[in-house]
Amino acid sequence: MAEIKNIAPSEHHDYQGSKMGMWLFIFTELFLFGGLFLVYAVFRTQYSADFHKAAEETNTFIGTLNTVVLLISSMTVAMSITAIQSNQKGRAIRLLLVTLVLASVFMVNKYFEWGHKFELKLYPGSEVLTNLPKGELLFFGLYFMMTGLHAIHVLVGMILLTVTIFRIKSGHIHTGNFSMIENSGLYWHLVDLIWIFLFPMMYLIT
Amino acid sequence: MSHSETHPQVSYLEYQGKYKGILGWLTTTDHKRIALLYMYCIVVFFFVAAILGLTMSIEKMRPGQDIMNAQTYNGLFTVHGIIMIFMIVIPGLAAVFGNFALPLLIGARDVAFPKLNLFSWYLYVIGAILAVLSQLLKGGAPDTGWTFYVPYSAGSSTNVIWALTAAFILGFSNILTGLNFIVTIHRMRAPGMTWFKMPLFPWSLYATAWIQVLATPIVGITLLMVIAERVLHIGFFDPALGGDPVLFQHLFWIYSHPAVYIMILPAMGVITEIFPTFSQKPVFGYGAIAISSLAIAFVGYFVWGHHMFTSGISYWSKWFFSFLTFIVAVPSAIKVFNWISTMYGGSIQMRPPLLYAISFVFLFMIGGFTGLFLGALATNVQLHDTTFVVAHFHYIIFGGMGFAFFAAIHYWYPKMYGKMYSDRWAYIAWGFTFVGFNLLYFPQFIIGVQGMPRRYFDYLPQFQWGHMLSGFGAFILLIGLILMAWNLIYHVKRGAIAPANPWKGVTLEWQIASPPTLENFEEIPVIKHNPYWFGTEEEIKREKKSVTRNT
Ligand SMILES: [Cu+2]
Repeated sequence: MAEIKNIAPSEHHDYQGSKMGMWLFIFTELFLFGGLFLVYAVFRTQYSADFHKAAEETNTFIGTLNTVVLLISSMTVAMSITAIQSNQKGRAIRLLLVTLVLASVFMVNKYFEWGHKFELKLYPGSEVLTNLPKGELLFFGLYFMMTGLHAIHVLVGMILLTVTIFRIKSGHIHTGNFSMIENSGLYWHLVDLIWIFLFPMMYLIT
Repeated sequence: MSHSETHPQVSYLEYQGKYKGILGWLTTTDHKRIALLYMYCIVVFFFVAAILGLTMSIEKMRPGQDIMNAQTYNGLFTVHGIIMIFMIVIPGLAAVFGNFALPLLIGARDVAFPKLNLFSWYLYVIGAILAVLSQLLKGGAPDTGWTFYVPYSAGSSTNVIWALTAAFILGFSNILTGLNFIVTIHRMRAPGMTWFKMPLFPWSLYATAWIQVLATPIVGITLLMVIAERVLHIGFFDPALGGDPVLFQHLFWIYSHPAVYIMILPAMGVITEIFPTFSQKPVFGYGAIAISSLAIAFVGYFVWGHHMFTSGISYWSKWFFSFLTFIVAVPSAIKVFNWISTMYGGSIQMRPPLLYAISFVFLFMIGGFTGLFLGALATNVQLHDTTFVVAHFHYIIFGGMGFAFFAAIHYWYPKMYGKMYSDRWAYIAWGFTFVGFNLLYFPQFIIGVQGMPRRYFDYLPQFQWGHMLSGFGAFILLIGLILMAWNLIYHVKRGAIAPANPWKGVTLEWQIASPPTLENFEEIPVIKHNPYWFGTEEEIKREKKSVTRNT
C-alpha cells in the first residue's frame, strides 16, 4: 500500500491530516447549528402565521448588507490563501486585514440591529416580548440565539485570522506550510455558510 | 524530537523532557502519559460516585428516611449520574485505553494531534471541576437527574446551570478526542496496514469517534438551549411560552442514545482484543466484527425514540423506533457469537483479563436481553420508570463498560507499568466484584417488574427484600473494587518485572518493550498479516510462498 504514509507528528507536518481534522471540526459546528435549525423547523411548522408576522420585523436591508459583506470577506480570505501559495506575503496580510475590517463591519451592523430590537423592548424575557403571540415570541428567541451564536463564531473567526496574520509575519506560514491559513479560511467560510442559511430563515421567508 | 535523539532504553514513564516531575506530566503531549492522566482522574471520580451510590443503597435498605432526607437523595442520584455518565463512562475507555493503545496497535508514534490531545484533557479537568462545584456551591446539588429533563430543569432552584455547563465542556473534550482518533486512524496506520488489517479495538474506536464527532454537538446545543431557557426565559421548551418539553427529549436522546454506543463500542473492542490473545487463536469472523461496529454506530442514530414511548409520540414513530431497536440488537449479537467462537478450539488460558472479558459477555447479554423487553412497545409501558430500567442499564453500563474497563486495565497493565500484578488477588477481587454486582442489580429487575419505581426515596414494604439484597450487594461490590484497586496500585512499585509480551499476544503493542519508549517503535513496522495471525515459523514460510505465488 504505497499511499499509506506514516508521519510521526513531531517530525513532519501532515498537511492532509490537519485539513481532515478541520473538516471534522466543521462538521461538529454544522451539527451544533443543526440542532437550532431543527427547533426552527418544528416551530415554523407549528406557528407558521406568527413566524410570518415576526419575520417582517427584521431589517431585510441590514441583513442583505451583512450577507454581501460576509460573501466579500470570504472572497478576500480565499485570495489571501492564493497569495501565500504564490509567495506574496505582504499581499496575503493586506487581504486578511481587509477581511478583518469586513468582519468588523458585520459586527457593527449587528450591533445596531440588536440595539434597535432592544429599543423596541424586543429582547428575551422582556414584557413586550412575553405578551406577543407565542409563535412570535419563539421566533425572536430563535433570532437572538441563532444570530448570537453566529456572532460568537464571527468573533472566534476574527481571533483566528488575527493569529494567522501574526504567524505569516513571523514566517511560520509560508509557501511550503500554509495549512494554518487554509484552516482558518475554512473556518471563515463556515461562518459565512451558516449565515447564508440564517439570512433567508430570519429575514427573507416572511 | 526525532527518535534517534531519544535514548532507546528510557521508557515513557522515566523519560524527561523540558520539565521534571509533575510539571512534566502536566505538559506532556505523549499519548501514553495523557492516557494515564485520564485514568487517574477517572478512577478517583469513579470511587467518589461509587460511594455516593453506596449511600443511596444504604438509605433504601429500609423504607422511610434513615440516613438522609429526600432532597439529599435527589441530589445524590443526580450527582452519581452526572459523574458516572459524563466523567467516567462516556470518556472512559476511549480516553484511557484508546489513547494508550490506539497508536501502539496501529504502529504509530503518537496520535495525529498530540497538543490537541492534551488540550482535551484540560477541558475534561475544567468540566470535572465545574461538575464538582455544582455539588458544593450554595444553592444545593442539582436534583434533575443526569437527563436534565425540562420543565423541571428549567425551574429547579439548585445549581443546574453549573452542571449543564460542565456537561457541555466535557462533551467538547469528547468531540476533540474523537476528531483526533479519526484522523489518527486515517493517516497514521503503519505501512501495509490496510483497513482490514487493522486490529479490532481501533475499528471500534473509529466507529465510536464518528458518534462522538457527529452526535455530541446536538447535546451541546440542547444544553445551551436549557441554559438560555433558565437565564433568558427564551421558551423553546416551556409550554407556557409556546415551547415543547417533548422537543427537549428528542434533542437530548438524539445524542444520548448514540452515547450509549460511545460507552459500549470501545468496550466491545477491548474484549475483541482479549479473546484471541488468551485463546491463542485468530479472532473468529474478523470482518463481521469490524463491520458490525460500524452498523451499530449507524443504526444507533435512529433509535432514540425508544426512550419516549410513554412521552406521547405518534403510533407510527413508536412502531418505527421499536423496530429499529430490535434491529440494533443484531450486530451486538453477532459480536457475542464471534467471541464465543473465538474461544472454541483454542488453547484457553484463564488469566484475569479473560475472566473479566467472559464476565463482560455474560453480564452484557443479560443487559442486552432485558433491553429488548424495554424496546418492545407493550412491555415498555409496564416497565418504564421502574427499577427494571435501572437494572438494565447498570448491566449494560457497569456490567458492560465497567467490566470491559477492568478487563482492559488487567490486560494492558503490564504494558503500561512494566510490572505484573498478583493473579491471585485479581481472582479474589473479581469474585467479590462479580457476586456483589449481581446481588446489587439483579433483584432490581424483579422488584421493577413488580412495580417499584426508579428514583424513589421511599417505597412500599413488599419491595424491601430487593432493596435489602441490593444494599448487601453494594457493600460486597465496593470491597471487590477496593481489592482490585489495591492489587493494581500496590504492584506498580512492587510487582514482578513484566516481560515485553506476558500474554503471548500477536498485536503490535506486545512486540515492543514494557513499558514502551517515548516514541513507541524504534522503527515503524511493516504489516503483512492479519492482526490476529498466530503462525508457527513453518506457517510463516508457507505463507510467504503463497504470497509470492499470488502476486
Ligand atoms: Cu436508548
